[in-house]
Amino acid sequence: MRDTLTSLRYRYWPDHLLGEILSKRWTETAVPVILLLIVGFALSQSIDHFLSPASLADTARQAGEIGFIGLGMALVVIVGGIDLSVGSIFALTDFCALYLLDVLGWPVPAVVAATLLCGALLGAVNGVLIGYLRLRAFITTLITLIIYRSAFDLLIQRYSNDIAAAFPDIPSWNFIGGGDVFGIPSVALVYIAIAIFGHVFMTRLRPGWHITAIGGSRRSAYNSGIPVRRTIALCYVASGVLTSIGALFFAARLGTVGGDIGVGLEVIVLTATVLGGITLGGGKGSVTKSLVGVLIVLLITNGLTTLNARGGINRMALAGILLVAAMVDIRWQKNRTRIISKVYVAPTYHALPPPPPTEIGKGGPFEQNDKLRDVQLIGLGRIEAPEDVILDRNDNLYAGSRHGDIMRFLAPDYQRMEVFAHIGGQPLGMAFDRQDNLYVCIGGMGLYRIKPDGTVEKATDETNRSMHSVNDDSRLRLADDLDITDDGLIFFSEATVRYEMDEWPIDGLEARGNGRIICYDTKTGATHTALRGLKFPNGICVAGDGQSILFAETFGCSIKRYWFAGAKKGTVEVVMDNLPGYPDNINLASDGNYWLALVGMRSPSLDLAWKMPGFRRRMAKRVPVDEWLFPNINTGCVVKFNEQGKILESFWDLRGENHPMITSMREHRGYLYLGGIANNRIGRYKLDNADPKFVQYDKRWGKLS
Amino acid sequence: MKRLRFNQQEIVFAVFAVLFLAFSVFLRGFLTPENMLTLLQNVAVLGILGLAMAIVVIGRGIDISLIAALAVPPGLVLQMVQDGHSLPASLLTAVLLTIAFGLVNGWLIAYAEVPSLFATLATGLLLAGLGQAALFQLDVVQWSDGMKGFERLGQGTILGIPTSIVMFAIACIVVAFLLRRTRWGAYIYAIGDNPYAARVTGIPSRPIIVLQYVVAALIGCFAGLVMAASVNSMPTRIFNSTLIYDVILVVVLGGIGLSGGRGGVLNVIIGTLLIGTMLNGMTIMDISYAGQNLVKGVVLLLAVITDSFLNPRNEETAQQGDI
Repeated sequence: MRDTLTSLRYRYWPDHLLGEILSKRWTETAVPVILLLIVGFALSQSIDHFLSPASLADTARQAGEIGFIGLGMALVVIVGGIDLSVGSIFALTDFCALYLLDVLGWPVPAVVAATLLCGALLGAVNGVLIGYLRLRAFITTLITLIIYRSAFDLLIQRYSNDIAAAFPDIPSWNFIGGGDVFGIPSVALVYIAIAIFGHVFMTRLRPGWHITAIGGSRRSAYNSGIPVRRTIALCYVASGVLTSIGALFFAARLGTVGGDIGVGLEVIVLTATVLGGITLGGGKGSVTKSLVGVLIVLLITNGLTTLNARGGINRMALAGILLVAAMVDIRWQKNRTRIISKVYVAPTYHALPPPPPTEIGKGGPFEQNDKLRDVQLIGLGRIEAPEDVILDRNDNLYAGSRHGDIMRFLAPDYQRMEVFAHIGGQPLGMAFDRQDNLYVCIGGMGLYRIKPDGTVEKATDETNRSMHSVNDDSRLRLADDLDITDDGLIFFSEATVRYEMDEWPIDGLEARGNGRIICYDTKTGATHTALRGLKFPNGICVAGDGQSILFAETFGCSIKRYWFAGAKKGTVEVVMDNLPGYPDNINLASDGNYWLALVGMRSPSLDLAWKMPGFRRRMAKRVPVDEWLFPNINTGCVVKFNEQGKILESFWDLRGENHPMITSMREHRGYLYLGGIANNRIGRYKLDNADPKFVQYDKRWGKLS
Repeated sequence: MKRLRFNQQEIVFAVFAVLFLAFSVFLRGFLTPENMLTLLQNVAVLGILGLAMAIVVIGRGIDISLIAALAVPPGLVLQMVQDGHSLPASLLTAVLLTIAFGLVNGWLIAYAEVPSLFATLATGLLLAGLGQAALFQLDVVQWSDGMKGFERLGQGTILGIPTSIVMFAIACIVVAFLLRRTRWGAYIYAIGDNPYAARVTGIPSRPIIVLQYVVAALIGCFAGLVMAASVNSMPTRIFNSTLIYDVILVVVLGGIGLSGGRGGVLNVIIGTLLIGTMLNGMTIMDISYAGQNLVKGVVLLLAVITDSFLNPRNEETAQQGDI
């Protein structure tokens, strides 16, 4: 009863989604967006006409003006600095625009150009000081804040009356201040245009990447040849220009220069920036985050003003939000990977009946023996991690190595070893096609093709993205083993879509159906996912009928058969289940049966743990990784089975000295060649009663004429 | 490096002397007893604040919220006495508020790891907003009868020396003792010099950082009491002024590097004298408030640039996000 409940709960409750969602980059933008929706909803409930078009247009104008400054601040924060002088630059450029227009009577285009230039110059002062003289951004812009503000105060003492006296009535100027296109205010239009450009600039263009790189690590950026000082200086110039754009619209809208223009603006914009999720200290941020932050802050301050809150409360609210947002951001950035790694592992319920006996004296097909005790060893100490071994029709032996090479041992004595091809990822399963091309599954890379002359080509490294998966499962993370059908379809297994090559044992701890079988068509080059939801699919072998494949599910401890053609097309049947170990590669035997490697044997403790997902989750959260309960992969065996699912024979190395760990085996001219992913050797075992002429290549593709 | 810093002190002191002499000779009304008294009284509050800032800056931080600590808790004392509470109870409340404020600052910086400039900028706004919204009825909190006798903290003389100067002197001695004669002071220097090394050697960095901000806030509150006593009121809008830049100016000009671990009380005294003389001279010259700010800003900028050359940031220990 309890087991049933547990199994239902873990079958239908998507535990694994939390970790996958948290590890997405967009969650960092999603949080402020949700906050924005909450604030907007709360205010629309408590304030009348909050969502009326007039009110929205007014908000959009303010949001546009502050939004420009927000963009500038975002840029400066992403590059690893801060700009507190924006409020004073805003005031000065506002004054500049109105002075030129009202007092000197310049035409509007000239006013716009001069104001932008003024903003650029004011920003350039910050830029030179911080970028080239490498002063601290905070203290420097704090000082320029006072200097600019004092200059502004001095200027308006002299000119405020002149400006207040003038009432320019210029259509283009009025359009800047209050015009709209189809109801969208002019400022919002310009903001949208600049925001789209800013997004493309930051995410698609080289200078944008340089900015993010400098913010992420200034020293590394310098070492990789990015012009750090110039880029930083230009960011401050850009901040000045963007602030002056905001000031232009503000000047055109209100047309006055009060003494308190832009006072405290830096706190508002900074709050918006941090609240939007742009990390203080640099390296992370986006245009969207800046916009969302500005909107939230604007809604809150406007809402408080409408609700007649005292000035002090407004101030407290801003400061409080600023602090909380900064704190959350800093803690999250610091602990992100730790939190994700804690919640990412999501074990599920996986019950297996007691395994068949393997002990000596208990009988049965798995009864242990010592047949592999004296296997011949090839390449002892010279090869590392030959997960799969394969022989071509000229009797040469190929094996993958941990160093990212395919090694070739030359017939007849297999003493000479050479690098056949360098790939760069860890080669796992291998198969020859009819044209002597060697197809290899490479962990972390995908399916690759090696021509007889040793050139490496990518066959496929992606498949169709499934609709309901949070993790991007279009890329291949752990292609494992493959076989090729007569029609040139390559079926290969991808063991897990949730873990990388180096973390594959954790998938065993999870015991969730994270794996899939993918089909690559050599004729069209198309790739599609054939089967999904498999528990670590591993070995694959085309069955005798040519219409189905046999595949092993390592942590499902079973062998299944999948029809890709014929009457039973699309169906899956269990061939064997409840194996005493974890099945790995499957290959043809000379007598029409199949070889199967058991990479490790089951243990009662893990079997029990598989029935207790809560226990495994607590373990993953509280115990360091190297003390977790993992599947045993130290000792295994080779068995031979037939299509009816009957085990015919088994081969063991009881002493565990010569060849206890087996992930793959190939029969060739009366010998069985053994590979193991943790081994530094390849085994060669003389089979009794085997066809001494059997060559897998010939059997599959016909004898060389 | 040591020789260079000694030079900076000498230079600042020489600039002070030249400035003082020049003002004495060319400015009418500078070298009068009344003006000297005003100068010293202004300087006293600035100097006490400079001591608070020095403690934090030596520990590689900065405290922008000092003016809030100067304005709000003393303002609270005046307000509470005005509302009929006894003076000791009001003082106790103010001190508790100050300690709580210092703890919040310290916790944010030491435990939540918010950059100190940023954290104190926000907490300062928070405290000032609190005062504005909840504590004070008017922007200027007036002296009331219940405060009788307390004005002696800022007015009058002790042994012929103006009391506020005596208060500054007492604060200097206490801070000098703390920094130079206690283990706690040595820890501050160690943390300021290299926070990671300090932590690795087993210094309880985080509690010490919290302590720095608590002490700084308490000194700020003390400065506020002295100020309130000397002018018989608490103008809480002082938070909006540029006083904090004067304080930073005192510290940086005095030769306490912003990168931490350097300097002491002597630097604060020298810096205070220079700034005090400069401000006083500009006031006598009738330079407008904005003009004074402009001059101060430019001088501060020059000081920071000089500081960055004399005490370059250690790129190895400068934190990511140390803006």
